[in-house]
Amino acid sequence: MTETDSGTNPATGPADGESTPSDAAAVAGLLFEKEGGHTTDSPAMETPYQVDLEIFEGPLDLLLFLIKKDEVDIYDISIERITEQYLAYIDTFKLLNIGLAGEFLVMAATLCYIKSRMMLPKHVQPPDEDIDEEDPRWDLIKQLIEYKKFKDAAASLGQREEKLGNLYRNFPDKIESDSAEERRLSEDINIFDLIRAFQNILDRFNDGGVGEIIDDHYTVSDKIDFLLAIVQPGKRVSFNSLFDGVSSKGELIVTFLAMLELMKLNHFRVRQDQSLGEIELERNVIE
Amino acid sequence: MELIHIVEALIFAAPEPVSSSEIAKAISRNAEEKGEPQAQAWGKISQKKVEKVIDQLGENLAHSGRPIELMEGPSGWKFVTRAEYAEWIRALIPEMRPERLSPPALETLALIAYRQPITKADIEVVRGVSVDGVLHKIMDRGLVKVGGRAELPGRPLLYETTELFQEHFGVKDLDDLPNASELRRVELPSAETSKEGSPKEEDKKEED
Repeated sequence: MTETDSGTNPATGPADGESTPSDAAAVAGLLFEKEGGHTTDSPAMETPYQVDLEIFEGPLDLLLFLIKKDEVDIYDISIERITEQYLAYIDTFKLLNIGLAGEFLVMAATLCYIKSRMMLPKHVQPPDEDIDEEDPRWDLIKQLIEYKKFKDAAASLGQREEKLGNLYRNFPDKIESDSAEERRLSEDINIFDLIRAFQNILDRFNDGGVGEIIDDHYTVSDKIDFLLAIVQPGKRVSFNSLFDGVSSKGELIVTFLAMLELMKLNHFRVRQDQSLGEIELERNVIE
Repeated sequence: MELIHIVEALIFAAPEPVSSSEIAKAISRNAEEKGEPQAQAWGKISQKKVEKVIDQLGENLAHSGRPIELMEGPSGWKFVTRAEYAEWIRALIPEMRPERLSPPALETLALIAYRQPITKADIEVVRGVSVDGVLHKIMDRGLVKVGGRAELPGRPLLYETTELFQEHFGVKDLDDLPNASELRRVELPSAETSKEGSPKEEDKKEED
């Protein structure tokens, strides 16, 4: 994918069988520094536009998201594949200059560590007191399964909430309406879905062989104005259409960031067609 | 005056859901004060009798075709409109559209519900991310409250769910939560064990 450049894969380092969890921490440091390297061509990095987006999802949420999208069996995940995908997402967040909790990097390091262990023939693997199971993936899988159970229970509670929300009394519970910062995204879609959609746009741009026109002065506020102009209140557009006619990667990035800002400010809401995966934006009518 | 109508009036007028025992007590109390012969009969009204009357009331309503039904929540009985009328109600009062909680908020809430009382640090270890924002939100909604402090360094706050949480999600008691038996007991990483769990710490311990 795009700039993922899996030469970033630090697992080639510790593969000599001397990985330990403390190496994982060193790897995390590497990952963090590495990102500065290949993103300097992005206007988002030159005048670093910081999207003040609080990510409420954690690394386990991202892993489960990847597993679900890939439709793989959680008991038999390909560590190589999931690590690659995971790192690609971390890369994209960095490209967009969206801050991620340190835990995301710790998980990245953990994935690389597990991957390196899996690459070694069993008799060469160093004894690791922390891992009883022969399968180096096991601890992580166990963690994911337990976490998923809570997610499922939470979703089930959410369904109950929805059903009960259809029943009204004449003494209603306090009518709560969330403030703008909290109602950032719609219910159906999370930040990973948006990142994934953005990655697809980036991929198509790179594959399209469009030469980059480097004369590129778009800023995020330019694009905010642009988006507000082309999408009137009450109107809906497809996510992909926002990027029509874009002529550089930098422009793609600032367009996406502008969209995120407008969602945060509650001008736009997003929804995703569950079967086709297409994302739509709708401009809110503010009365 | 019929008993069934008194019960209906009480459930209708009460600002909070009301239990059958509360109804029985109120009726007995008032009947005794009044001293009328008919009321005398109700002076010793039992909770069981009230429950039978409530059942009858519910049935009458269900068969009437009216858009209202009688529902028992965790804290008691209430009248609610039927689900199919929700869209009409929201057309009248758009602000009454319920703001559903986001998945991260629900998951944080679920962790608290299943593992209460629980500290913020322990929630964050499981979720792998800070929960300040969502915790603030679910507390604002009255779904979660502080229930004391943990006997740990720093005496961190302990979080619990509220009665409103139970009403909001139709949860009678904590065992009524989905998959309660497993999720209330399964071993989870905690802030304390994740500090102890790193290899260097363990080696140190063994040396001691």
